[in-house]
Amino acid sequence: MTALLEVEDLRVAYGKIEAVKGISFTVDAGQVVTLIGTNGAGKTTTLRTLSGLLKPLSGRILFEGKPLTSIPAHKIVSLGIAHSPEGRHIFPRLTITENLLLGAYLRNDKAGIEKDVQRAYDLFPILGERRKQAAGTLSGGEQQMLAMGRALMSQPKLLMLDEPSMGLSPIMMQKIMETIVELKAAGTTILLVEQNAQAALSLADQGHVMEVGKIVLSGAGSDLLHDESVRKAYLGED
Amino acid sequence: MNELPQQLANGLILGAMYGLIAIGYTMVYGIIQLINFAHGEIFMIGGFGALTVYLGLPSGFSLIAAIPLMIVGGVIAAVAISMAAERFAYRPLRGGPRLAPLITAIGLSLALQQAVWMWYPNATKDRSFPQFEGEAFDVLGATIQRGDIFVLIVAPLCMLALGLFVSKTRAGRGMQATSQDPDTAKLMGINTDRIIVMAFAIGAAFAAVAAVAYGLKNGQIGFRMGFIMGLKAFTAAVLGGIGNIYGAMLGGIVLGVAEALATGYMSEVPGMELFGGGAWKDVWAFALLIIVLLVRPQGLLGERVSDRA
Repeated sequence: MTALLEVEDLRVAYGKIEAVKGISFTVDAGQVVTLIGTNGAGKTTTLRTLSGLLKPLSGRILFEGKPLTSIPAHKIVSLGIAHSPEGRHIFPRLTITENLLLGAYLRNDKAGIEKDVQRAYDLFPILGERRKQAAGTLSGGEQQMLAMGRALMSQPKLLMLDEPSMGLSPIMMQKIMETIVELKAAGTTILLVEQNAQAALSLADQGHVMEVGKIVLSGAGSDLLHDESVRKAYLGED
Repeated sequence: MNELPQQLANGLILGAMYGLIAIGYTMVYGIIQLINFAHGEIFMIGGFGALTVYLGLPSGFSLIAAIPLMIVGGVIAAVAISMAAERFAYRPLRGGPRLAPLITAIGLSLALQQAVWMWYPNATKDRSFPQFEGEAFDVLGATIQRGDIFVLIVAPLCMLALGLFVSKTRAGRGMQATSQDPDTAKLMGINTDRIIVMAFAIGAAFAAVAAVAYGLKNGQIGFRMGFIMGLKAFTAAVLGGIGNIYGAMLGGIVLGVAEALATGYMSEVPGMELFGGGAWKDVWAFALLIIVLLVRPQGLLGERVSDRA
């Protein structure tokens, strides 16, 4: 079986500063794969490169066997990759509904879009209660729900979530993680970037630990969760 | 005689023109944060495009029937030049320092003026523009020339169409998304390059409509007409809150009415006798801008958004 996403020796730089220094990993259909690591490890850079927002120096990205590196950012989503970016980046002056509809920008099946908007409201009832409200007025956690709901609107084959728990209250974080578990159970393939290693590893099939642009450790989520060096470095144990 | 209705009507006519041109400044600024100083010249080129069509029509063609054709001609000329400017002058500089496209815009403004001066037949002096014959209308005590009716009808229609386009269509939503967060807009599948072209094109089309109104009102157009009208329209866009399309129209009307009232009444204010009349109207327009910017820096309808990260 070929992987849904294959990243091979990917290198990405901002000017002369190399942020990703040759990483390789794969994501199989139906899996949840997580990249964990501290700030500046290159996790967000990796996702932004997969989305086409950044161009790699070298390396290959194959999605369903097709190379992605020369495809412009706005065409990536039509291939089946949705990206919920770090910092949520909802459109603040548009309503919740409008934000969701933008997630379905390239779709033409009106009935299907409506159904999926409703599904987003079922997944996150608070959004349904406030659908006419400007998204910029939502709380951080609600904005995160909206960003995830919006990403799902493109019916992605691969959902990329960048730091969905960042800056959230523990309760809200819990809710977001539960949603990811729900999505996983429904068969969604997810590439999850997190600083919260505990939460990410406990629900991931595969985990990769990144440090200054490199993958230093890989393994099944549960194995990494119990790995001594991971526990020391990322789970705050000594 | 009470002059107030007349001054208000004059202000409204002028302001509607400012507003139509201001749309172009505000849309382009809203999306790529560029003050397109060449936009006044796009307005001017719209006027010459309309005039060219008029001159090509057989004699005896009625002006009222010619106007739609003139609009089409003006819009085609303005949109074509504006899109070319975006593609070949501004796009290569995108991502560079902010000053580079700004200076390019100023250079383009001069180049377009000179191009028309050199190459449009007899454009070294003002060219006469067709005007409606016949009596002026009397509306609520104000005398409104026939040619001025045009902008009073067309400007609200243009605004209505733009409002519907931006809020109801997919491309309009894409445009709003691009202005709020271009990178994330790309993640949604929005071709932001195309949205930017669209903003330039819509702005140019509105400017061309304004140019037809300007020609009908003044009876002449010239290669320099874009400078002061562009500056005023830019002022209107800032006054209304740059980036906001309704603000542009409101700013235009406020500016136009303020100018008209200052022209009409400033000389009656004790101590200000010297500063009334048309010669000082630009001073009052910019004084108004300064006052608004002091009190409300974001403009009348501008919002200071606190985007939570």
